[in-house]
Amino acid sequence: MIGFELVRRAAPSQAMQVIAPLQAVLLTLLAGLGLFALLGQDPLHAFHQFFIAPLSTPNGVSELLLKASPLCLIGLGLAIAYRANVWNIGAEGQMYIGGVFATGLAIHYQQQWGAFMLPSMIVAGALGGMLWAALTAWCRARFHASEILVSLMLTYVANLLIKYLVFGPWQDPQANNFPLTVAFEDNALFPLLAELGWDWFEGTRLNLSIVITLLAIPLAWVFSQRTFAGFQLAVSGSAPGAARYAGYKESRAVWIAMLMSGAAAGLAGVSEVAGPIGQLNDRWTPQYGFTAIIVAALARFNPLAVPVAALLMALLYLGGESVQIELQLPKSISEVFQGLLLMFLLGSEVLVRFRLRRRVSAARGDGQ
Amino acid sequence: MSDIQLLRLTGITKTYATVQALAGVDLDVRAGEIHAVLGENGAGKSTLMKAIFGAVQPDAGRIEWQGESVTIDSPIAARSRGIAMVFQHFALFESMTVVENVALALGGNTPLRVLANQVAEVSTRYGLPVNPWQPVHRLSVGERQRVEIVRCLLQSPRLLIMDEPTSVLTPQAIDQLFVTLRRLAAEGTAILYVSHKLDEIRRLCDRATIIRGGRVVSTVDPRVQTESGLAELMIGRSFPQTERRAKSEGAVALEVAGLDVPADGPFGTALRSISFRVHAGEVLGIAGISGNGQTELLAALLGAVPLSAQAIMLGDLPVGRLGAAERRARGLAFVPEERLGVGAVPEMSLAQNALLTAYGEGLVAHGFVVPERSRAYAAKCIDDYGVRAAGVEAPAASLSGGNLQKFIVGREIAQSPRVLILAQPTWGVDVAATALIRQRVIDLAAAGVAVLVISEDLTEILEICDRVAVLAAGRLSPERDVHATNAAEIGRWMAGGFSQPELQVSA
Repeated sequence: MIGFELVRRAAPSQAMQVIAPLQAVLLTLLAGLGLFALLGQDPLHAFHQFFIAPLSTPNGVSELLLKASPLCLIGLGLAIAYRANVWNIGAEGQMYIGGVFATGLAIHYQQQWGAFMLPSMIVAGALGGMLWAALTAWCRARFHASEILVSLMLTYVANLLIKYLVFGPWQDPQANNFPLTVAFEDNALFPLLAELGWDWFEGTRLNLSIVITLLAIPLAWVFSQRTFAGFQLAVSGSAPGAARYAGYKESRAVWIAMLMSGAAAGLAGVSEVAGPIGQLNDRWTPQYGFTAIIVAALARFNPLAVPVAALLMALLYLGGESVQIELQLPKSISEVFQGLLLMFLLGSEVLVRFRLRRRVSAARGDGQ
Repeated sequence: MSDIQLLRLTGITKTYATVQALAGVDLDVRAGEIHAVLGENGAGKSTLMKAIFGAVQPDAGRIEWQGESVTIDSPIAARSRGIAMVFQHFALFESMTVVENVALALGGNTPLRVLANQVAEVSTRYGLPVNPWQPVHRLSVGERQRVEIVRCLLQSPRLLIMDEPTSVLTPQAIDQLFVTLRRLAAEGTAILYVSHKLDEIRRLCDRATIIRGGRVVSTVDPRVQTESGLAELMIGRSFPQTERRAKSEGAVALEVAGLDVPADGPFGTALRSISFRVHAGEVLGIAGISGNGQTELLAALLGAVPLSAQAIMLGDLPVGRLGAAERRARGLAFVPEERLGVGAVPEMSLAQNALLTAYGEGLVAHGFVVPERSRAYAAKCIDDYGVRAAGVEAPAASLSGGNLQKFIVGREIAQSPRVLILAQPTWGVDVAATALIRQRVIDLAAAGVAVLVISEDLTEILEICDRVAVLAAGRLSPERDVHATNAAEIGRWMAGGFSQPELQVSA
């Protein structure tokens, strides 16, 4: 019988733990070259269109940042939750509810609240994400329900809630029955960087919401590396028995992890509805909440690596659009790249902790 | 014992990723002898036995079985040659009956009824009473071991390997086991007896091969050796002795009153009205074999089980309703049975593992970790307890069992607790570290701290405790002054042979 088996390594190499994600990226690129060749394209040209062309204009760069920003924000929250072994899969839904809360304020009060509008929406969005995450936290802490299933299923509930709102009470009467709300006024939108005197971004959609993400990166790092609460979460994640022994409450870890990741997702929701979209409609997200799971995993749950991973995933979105337009390749190509990346990443992770060994046949004779 | 060579190992070598477990071991075993393999934890005993049993493949070396060079590449191959092994941790299915477990191990199509008769026959012949139709979860640990032995004997082995067989047995059950083993040897079966318990080896074995650091140090006749002589061979220097201090009994520091706790899972043991007091300045030992309510008692003491407030008193404070962190803040420190994964987070550094429970010692300021203070605290534990580690940034998993246990004990004692609870404090710990830990526990009590030791190791209980009680089947025996009792009495109690605790006035 010929076969292979996985054998746990005595101690995973520290260097390999850093190299593994980079290696996954490299393998994805190589597989991509092959993929383009199979699709009948000149691989190098397609590669250029996918990875280089999107970054060659200010508009391209700003679109990259515009996509990377919510991915990074959600990814930071998820990285903190996953370190604590709390598997929040429902950031997508928490992001929806963040957007819903912000929209609710915008369409009802934007005439009255003036300059307080946007800050209120930011707070409301974070609270909305936390509220949605709190449902999951409560089910897990109170009934030991799986947070994976609950948070995932609540995403579909959130999606239906949005549909109900934009087809029903919040629908713009002038929208010819299209499922969308009225467009937000300026005081309910993040100002564009171009309007603030950043001429290089003239004509781009990049807005001030990116500041939230830039602030969140160091905050997430300080929380996970320097605060006692962050340490307790890490202990709960890597050795639940030690957390119980030390007296760290599991339910507290679940609540903190869910609320922080929910708040981050809710903020990402605000930055979308009060950013490039400028209203609420029923299909406004390219699944940032799910893609951010890959971002967090690619960054090995390290807050400082999350921005890099988010930029990479954003580039996969843009590259997909670019080859779709320029080379008439199918849109699903960027999803294929996401899938390749995740597969190589998980594969590399396994090989960091295990090594492949040829299985020794038990039927081998004696005296060989 | 005859002179027929049964098994001869030459130059057996096995290297794992980072350590050389066996460095050229020679061993010969004759038919009908009881041959001890003696060594400290980590000396390579278990690896050597696994190599003989086919569970581990040596990198180099020769195995000769009945004069013929062989490769034993799996336990199946070992069994087919007549080699059987009783592991330290039993491999029995709890929910199945004895005979079903035996059938699973033997394979083949023998009807259960026939097999049950064979089990009954073997068990009477060798004085190993077991009921073939009993479900395993109803059996005591000693009975489970008998099932394992009977299961091996049904294969009529030429060589029986026993890995630390007495660690879970009462003294009486050990005597009974020895009778069985001697009878087997008299019938020509060779027995490899793996242990670090010197007195047993001197009583039972014909020859002893002593292993240290993966090498054979010597092969001796243990019956003519002294215990300290064997110990010196085993650890390579003279045997450390603990030194007792005069007992200085103070006020009651820990009181458990009428504790009833339901069983932890279907195969756990419920606690029934457990009451005891530990005074400042004394060490109370709770002996007994694991599985008799130890898990439940430790969980209740740690604060993982809901209790009434008065069930546990720390001095005058009722703490029954408080969680582990609140109890710790009120002066309770705790050394758990499991080191990796409970007492320490394996992949975290020693500095971070210092923070794990010593956060109340100024290692945290305004919710922020102060890394220098964690490092300093860890460094102090390493210095005070002679922990061999690559520094405060070394991950806990990189330490040997003994060194990690010294670190954990140091971390808990350095928090200046009023009450220290230790569970199996020297389980799997080398002799030198064991002696150091026991001495620190005695010193701590002499300094006025109340210490509770829950241990399976009777030698340990008798060595460091002032008073002793036994936990058996979820009930606590009467307490005895350690000088007013002996191993035989405690052994009877371990088997459940005591009446309901008499009311004792010990305040």
